[in-house]
Amino acid sequence: MDESIRISVKKFNAWYGEKHALKDVDIEIPRNRIVAMIGPSGCGKSTFLRSINRMNDLIEGFKAQGSMLLDDRDIYDKDIDVTKLRRNVGMVFQKPNPFPMTIAENISYGLRINRMFKGKKDMLLQVEKSLIEAGLWEEVKDDLDKSAFELSGGQQQRLCIARALVIRPQVILMDEPTASLDPISTAKIEELIQVLKKEYTIVIVTHNMQQAARVADRTAFFMLGEIVEYGDTAKMFTKPDKKITEDYITGRFG
Amino acid sequence: MVEKTAQDLDASEKTLKARYGAQAAGFIIVKICVLIVLTALGVLIGFIVMKGFGVVNFEFLTAMPKNGMIEGGIFPAILGTFLLSMGALLFALPTGILTAVWLTEYATSKKFVRIIRIGINSLAGVPSIVFGLFGLAFFVKFMQFGPSLLSGSLVLGILILPTVIGSSEEALLTVPRAFKEASLSLGATRWETMYKVILPNSVSGIITGVILSVGRAAGETAPILMTGATFYMARLPDSIFSKVMALPYHIYALMTEGSHKEQTAIAYGTALVLLMLVIAINSAAIYIRIRARRARKW
Ligand SMILES: Nc1ncnc2c1ncn2[C@@H]1O[C@H](COP(=O)(O)OP(=O)(O)OP(=O)(O)O)[C@@H](O)[C@H]1O
Ligand SMILES: [Mg+2]
Repeated sequence: MDESIRISVKKFNAWYGEKHALKDVDIEIPRNRIVAMIGPSGCGKSTFLRSINRMNDLIEGFKAQGSMLLDDRDIYDKDIDVTKLRRNVGMVFQKPNPFPMTIAENISYGLRINRMFKGKKDMLLQVEKSLIEAGLWEEVKDDLDKSAFELSGGQQQRLCIARALVIRPQVILMDEPTASLDPISTAKIEELIQVLKKEYTIVIVTHNMQQAARVADRTAFFMLGEIVEYGDTAKMFTKPDKKITEDYITGRFG
Repeated sequence: MVEKTAQDLDASEKTLKARYGAQAAGFIIVKICVLIVLTALGVLIGFIVMKGFGVVNFEFLTAMPKNGMIEGGIFPAILGTFLLSMGALLFALPTGILTAVWLTEYATSKKFVRIIRIGINSLAGVPSIVFGLFGLAFFVKFMQFGPSLLSGSLVLGILILPTVIGSSEEALLTVPRAFKEASLSLGATRWETMYKVILPNSVSGIITGVILSVGRAAGETAPILMTGATFYMARLPDSIFSKVMALPYHIYALMTEGSHKEQTAIAYGTALVLLMLVIAINSAAIYIRIRARRARKW
């Protein structure tokens, strides 16, 4: 199995103004694996995720320090092109956030922005392909020109995944992608994530322990901005190294 | 134990009565205030309509003034007000929107933005005659545009700039942050995100604000007094350097110069036309806002 490292993080620290949100985070995320981030609310999971595509740059007063390498290039290097970085590191948000456009336009947005298509036919082909990958094609193939807001929450989220997939990123970041969805939509998305790992490296934040256990190859447990434990999901959920990890996973503290 | 006794309940019932009393009194005061406002508005409109209605007819709206202004129509003043408003819009729309874009999306230093905002807000508080004076000194004299359509439009444009910036900023900020983040996360630049996602979703809000400010520009007298408005012209304006007649100034001039008694009637007629114009403009803005609200899916 190819276990080469896609993202390598060493002594990474992040601040919102005075608030020290991430403390000396060390983690290695292998290629074509799913890594779950778990931990109590406010422990820095989203902050970590949004540091990988530098989405936190938008926040006034955000500061990062330490090293975070994506394929051996430091994401925070001053020579890095943030637009290109984000193009290679896709993101799916907690609340489905399709654009107020048609279903087709939502998907083709990334193609148009990144000039990734040769003619209309090619564009439609790529739109179709990513909708198939996201398991949404059968449901929307006759409604491509309808507003994305006419879809259900679960469909919208799969649309957002298709939108992220269509530009073929290397990494996909998912911040509680099923938090606002019902169990059936959640199951569909979990299945989808499993399939996607063949081609992508996936980092997923979740509050749902079973979800982490079901989908992730590895799991990182965050607390108060630090990674308490990181390792094989199976091991983490059966024989965690630390008492506190076990307590959290089994729901003994809240 | 703190079990409630019957007396306690009685007491709370009494205070409840007092609270309802206070509520009733409050509502009465609110209603009175609304009534005052509506009456004032009704009296104002009724007064203008009554006094002006007699002279307004097709000729009044479409003909040139005749016989030393006491006969004929006010077409040049209507046209002038239209041109001045459009000129103001032409200047204030792009400048205002781009400034708002910069303030909300690009400016990196919060402190600098705050200073600029204070500047813009103070601009909004400057009396309009001061704008007129500035226009006279800067556009008319220094830039040598003379008293003209161009000078008048520019002054009106500056006058409405704070409103245009303010309403544009407000409209831009209502676009959910989630759209912006989605766009950026797909590798769009900030500029692409702005013109493909944020602007298209705030355009109706911007337009509403802008139209309302045009209504304001159409009714202003002081700023154009010294910068381009004229009491009488034999011909229609033929270039941006022509002087123009304008509805509000026409009213002012009719009431302060000359002594024919017909002038008063024409002045009220003109006021009625101006009032209708402003109401029409504002209604258009409200209509666009309502339609946009309905069409909005987020
Ligand atoms: N924009 C911000 N400005 C200031 N502080 C912030 C900001 N965003 C997050 N924080 C703080 O940073 C810490 C980490 O927040 P983060 O959103 O990463 O937590 P999280 O683990 O994702 O929590 P949740 O599970 O509730 O989503 C929290 O204490 C939070 O208050
Ligand atoms: Mg979070």
